[in-house]
Amino acid sequence: MSSRLELLNAGGFRVDGRKQHELRSISIKLGGSIEGCDGSAEVTQGLTVVSASVFGPREPRLGGQSHDRATINVEVSLSPWGSMERKRRNKGDRRLLEIASAIRSTFEPVVHTHLYPRSQIDIFVQVLQQDGGILPASINATTLALMDAGIPMQDFVTSLSCGIHSTSPLLDLNNVEESDLPNLTVAVLPRTAKVTLASLETRLHVERFEEIFRLAIDACQVLHQEMDLATRARTKLLVSAMGGKLSIDKDSDEEARVGGLLDDDEMEY
Amino acid sequence: MVEISIRKRPLTGIEASASTQKFFKKTARGKVVKVVRERYLRSDISCGSSSCQKCKESHLSAISSKQSNSPTVLLSQKGLANSVVRGNHYLILDTNVFLHQIDLIENPSFTDIIVLQTVLDEVRHRSLPLYNRLKALISDPDRRFWVFYNDFSSETAVLRQTDESPNDRNDRAIRTAVEWYRSHLTLSTGPTSSTRSNLDVVLISDDADNVRKAKEANLRAYNVREYVNGMSNADQLLDLLSARSVGGDSELGGDRRSLLYPEHLPTAQVQAGLKSGVLISGFFNANAYNYLEGTVRTSAFDKPVLLVGREAMNRAVDGDVVAVTILPKEEWKAAADEVIEADSALKNDDAEASDDEGENSGDVDREEARLARKEARDAELAAKSRTSEPQPTGKVVGIVRRNWRSYVAHVDVSSVHDASSLGPQSLFATPVDRKIPRIRIRTRQASNLIGQKILVALDAWRPTSRYPDGHFVRALGATESKEAEQESLLLEHDVPYRPFSKAILDCLPVEGDDWKVPPKDFSNPAWRDRIDMRSEMICSIDPPGCQDIDDALHAKQLPNGNIEAGVHIADVSYFVKPDNPMDAEAASRGTTVYLVDKRIDMLPHLLGTNLCSLRPYVERLAFSAVWEMTPDADIVSVRFFKSVIASKAAFTYEEAQLRKDDKSKTDEITKSIRLLNSLAIKLKKKRMDAGALNLASPEVRIHLDSSESAAPIDVEQKEMRETNSLVEEFMLLANVSVAEKIYETFPMTAVLRRHQPPPKTNFETLQDILKKRKGMDLDVSSSGALAASLDLCVDPKEPAFNTLVRIMATRCMLSAEYFCSGSVARDTFGHYGLACGMYTHFTSPIRRYADVLAHRQLSAAINYAPLHPSLHSKDHVDDILNVVNKRHRSAQMASRASVEFYVGLAITEKNRSAGGGETVGKGEVKLREEAFVIRTFRNGIAVFVSKFGLEGLITFKEECEFDAEEYKVKVPSRVSGLSKDVELGIFDKCLVEIGVEKDKNTKRGKTKMALVLG
Repeated sequence: MSSRLELLNAGGFRVDGRKQHELRSISIKLGGSIEGCDGSAEVTQGLTVVSASVFGPREPRLGGQSHDRATINVEVSLSPWGSMERKRRNKGDRRLLEIASAIRSTFEPVVHTHLYPRSQIDIFVQVLQQDGGILPASINATTLALMDAGIPMQDFVTSLSCGIHSTSPLLDLNNVEESDLPNLTVAVLPRTAKVTLASLETRLHVERFEEIFRLAIDACQVLHQEMDLATRARTKLLVSAMGGKLSIDKDSDEEARVGGLLDDDEMEY
Repeated sequence: MVEISIRKRPLTGIEASASTQKFFKKTARGKVVKVVRERYLRSDISCGSSSCQKCKESHLSAISSKQSNSPTVLLSQKGLANSVVRGNHYLILDTNVFLHQIDLIENPSFTDIIVLQTVLDEVRHRSLPLYNRLKALISDPDRRFWVFYNDFSSETAVLRQTDESPNDRNDRAIRTAVEWYRSHLTLSTGPTSSTRSNLDVVLISDDADNVRKAKEANLRAYNVREYVNGMSNADQLLDLLSARSVGGDSELGGDRRSLLYPEHLPTAQVQAGLKSGVLISGFFNANAYNYLEGTVRTSAFDKPVLLVGREAMNRAVDGDVVAVTILPKEEWKAAADEVIEADSALKNDDAEASDDEGENSGDVDREEARLARKEARDAELAAKSRTSEPQPTGKVVGIVRRNWRSYVAHVDVSSVHDASSLGPQSLFATPVDRKIPRIRIRTRQASNLIGQKILVALDAWRPTSRYPDGHFVRALGATESKEAEQESLLLEHDVPYRPFSKAILDCLPVEGDDWKVPPKDFSNPAWRDRIDMRSEMICSIDPPGCQDIDDALHAKQLPNGNIEAGVHIADVSYFVKPDNPMDAEAASRGTTVYLVDKRIDMLPHLLGTNLCSLRPYVERLAFSAVWEMTPDADIVSVRFFKSVIASKAAFTYEEAQLRKDDKSKTDEITKSIRLLNSLAIKLKKKRMDAGALNLASPEVRIHLDSSESAAPIDVEQKEMRETNSLVEEFMLLANVSVAEKIYETFPMTAVLRRHQPPPKTNFETLQDILKKRKGMDLDVSSSGALAASLDLCVDPKEPAFNTLVRIMATRCMLSAEYFCSGSVARDTFGHYGLACGMYTHFTSPIRRYADVLAHRQLSAAINYAPLHPSLHSKDHVDDILNVVNKRHRSAQMASRASVEFYVGLAITEKNRSAGGGETVGKGEVKLREEAFVIRTFRNGIAVFVSKFGLEGLITFKEECEFDAEEYKVKVPSRVSGLSKDVELGIFDKCLVEIGVEKDKNTKRGKTKMALVLG
């Protein structure tokens, strides 16, 4: 354990001044940032910045197509200037492939791929800045980019990491915390509270697992509200830009919350 | 459910830049990286004053939400009053105050102190021991220390500016916080508020610059001396002031004096030197026999690096980590074979006058000049004889880390100028530890301190001063009084001895002494998964007067011809649950410390001597290891389980021995002891065949007259009976079996104990001595070979000779240590002394913490209870074991020192009853004993009196004819004062008279010996 930093001090503060259950500042930019894609999003969680762009559904380039559903293809790249030490990673880097496959397996059951047989959805994830929680930020960005692209999904997918300092759980770890603490990343469908991904790469005591697992799921709900607001705002902007009359108000009925939103997007394009 | 929220951080404007910290850092590989860290500034950080209306709500919520182990305590409503400061106030202390004046701050007059986060971090960064002391203060509810997280508060956070050093930034952060407090308190406790306490804050700093800047900013700031002067008990407190305090007289004109020592290199240069290998670092080890010599052990050389002379040692104090340069090979020297005692050589130094050194220290200079001449001659001699090979020699150029602590010392009476004066004066304190130089302290209470044991802290050692500067901490009591000696012994060996706090005692069962094992009922948690062993013939065998009975044994014949043997250990882990205050205290104490007349318990009395102690005729919870063995003591199977036992008898070793030997006795218990004994003999044989060592240490037993007077009446050597070895064998067996079991289940974190084989070079001197003096060979190729050759080192005329050789061999070895199985290589697990592959401590959980850990791991290994998460973490286990190892060593040293003190008392007593005088060497002393010579010097010999287990040094007035090759010294009669010349070599026997003489200056009793003729 690092001797210089106290990850959770006696006053209950973490190294960056947050308390145990406080998430890092999150900001979301939807659409428009990357030319030529069908949907894109940039998510900033603390100092971690990830942008995701979605192409498709489109005709598959090389084999691997499925006759009854769309295949999802994910590529992840890290910008060399985004971390403390400049390090160039090539495409075949194991770590990147791992993240990519985690993203793919997270979204395969959530995206309605059966609607697009014999086609392909490409997701490009670019990690611009790293300060811990690359995988959860990438998943959050991908969700938003898919929505921006108007691809039908069961629900949002929100993701977060959670670690444990001795016996106190900490939410949304930054780089310092992540490298010292056992931590778990979960991705959740907030409406049903179903978990689509739980990834644990460090040793964690069994008895602690359930506690932080439940906590992380709860925290994903909080994150969902933030992402929901951002999507609504973006949609509103688009609708008004097109001069349409559709508006999503606070008092619109429950259906409009998730399902309806996707339908609206469909109509736009 | 807990409240989860997102902290929003401003992304634009000035505040955005305040919310990230950027700095550049050089990595270990020499690359420069830019580190950016987020910082969330909050508005919910409260001031901690109980008069403050603004922060009231957050205070209430903090008090209710905190866990019970660290209650939140607010600053008092009224604040502090001080005659220098107008109005009531709280204190904010600068980092340097905590770093240099912690003894002062620990005085209970200092309360209501605001500790800033900036300060806390800096203290932590600079010195971990000080940080821990500060933390203890913060958690003390009576002191009312409040931690203000100024770096996280949006109103006080400070960003480092370009061209600003980290130090300056911290100072500015402190001033900003003071400023905030001032305006905050004026608003919330001022005339317009409901409480009208009119509070203010005062900054205390020893940094003159910081004080000046604070005053410029219209804040109230003082240096420590100024503030203390205004306190009601200033006289008492001023002595506690560190010599480093500004405004002290010692600062004046400090730079004008000539340098006596070379300056130390700056830290950066030392680090660079260490990295490049130009410098080497290691613990500085002062030579107790010769104050002008020290050594540093490093991995770079087989032999320790020698430091000769005051300048080469360059203000290093025993225990410091120093950086050393190695001199060219031509200048390497051999260790001096001479005794030089600082007390006698330097007795004429003057504490006051040594401020202008040089004039007054003629004697010292002469002494040192003489030494320099001698060195030159020695080098020549060494070159000729080549017996004492030159060692790598170096000099200290920098200090990597000071390991200063508080030292127990006596005031040197000769350095007191005017005993009746109440004004401040400088005087010398001579530490009890011979390896520590005299310390100059400044005090107003000189007259009170004479004849007292006092605690002194070291503050600084300026290059212009021959002696280090320190300050008086507190008086322990009159010298030679038992209480003062006992306390000083505990302090000197860093043994925590404070009574258990209430939080710890609250962890005990509420029934107290009336606690009983509940009636048999397997649904009761006490009985869950336990085996009922109450009907077994279990008994315990311990030394006489033993109250904390850890272990009990039983054995019985099985129908199939095999024997069932069981070891039952007190189930301490049932009472001591992980992660509570009692567990934390036990972990930090590490072990019970046994002094001759006192026991410092690791666990509260109730557990150690009652609830856990396996006393006879009562039911107790136990952790049992039961073996099935063949009559040849081969293990067929082993089982571990928790049990309930009822011991049938508690024997002393002697009683058990008598019972076993009494042929007329045929009851169950006696049979059980005989059975155990027959197995133990076979087990011991197997162990010895495997190459286990039979070591020896000078163990003596002190007989106390009665508990009140506690005057020792006699000293005897500990006797070993067959039953001692019976118990020992079964404890070893249990420990080995448990070690294997927990390692199998927890390969990464098992708590084990090892004894590494000593490097062969350690034995070189002893081998050489034995060869030359006695014509005996010591084979050190393996522990078995060593054991065999030790058995051959017998002098038929001298039965004690073999023991002496064993003692000397033991000193060549490394000490055993606890370790975490995941932290060291698998092939270094072995226990050299016991010649077994794996070992742990399991059998004394009442008095050793490592055993408690082993108990927890074993109960997890047998699926009795889940293992606490902390025992899954290698780092955590490592941390605990480091503490336990350290405590174990200091406990051993403390009990040895305690025995030594009592041996001294016994000697005085014997002399007095024999009608002898005090002065040794003039025939006045009547106590004479035989002694072995164990070391020879050019001007003295070291002897060992086996009857008292006592080592003594006999110095001669002048140098004698010394044969370094044959380890012999010829003492002419004019030097020794005897009627004829004597020649003595190592292992020779001689007669010495032993007495305790009081040092005229320090009033400290010291065992002295002198040669006499038989």
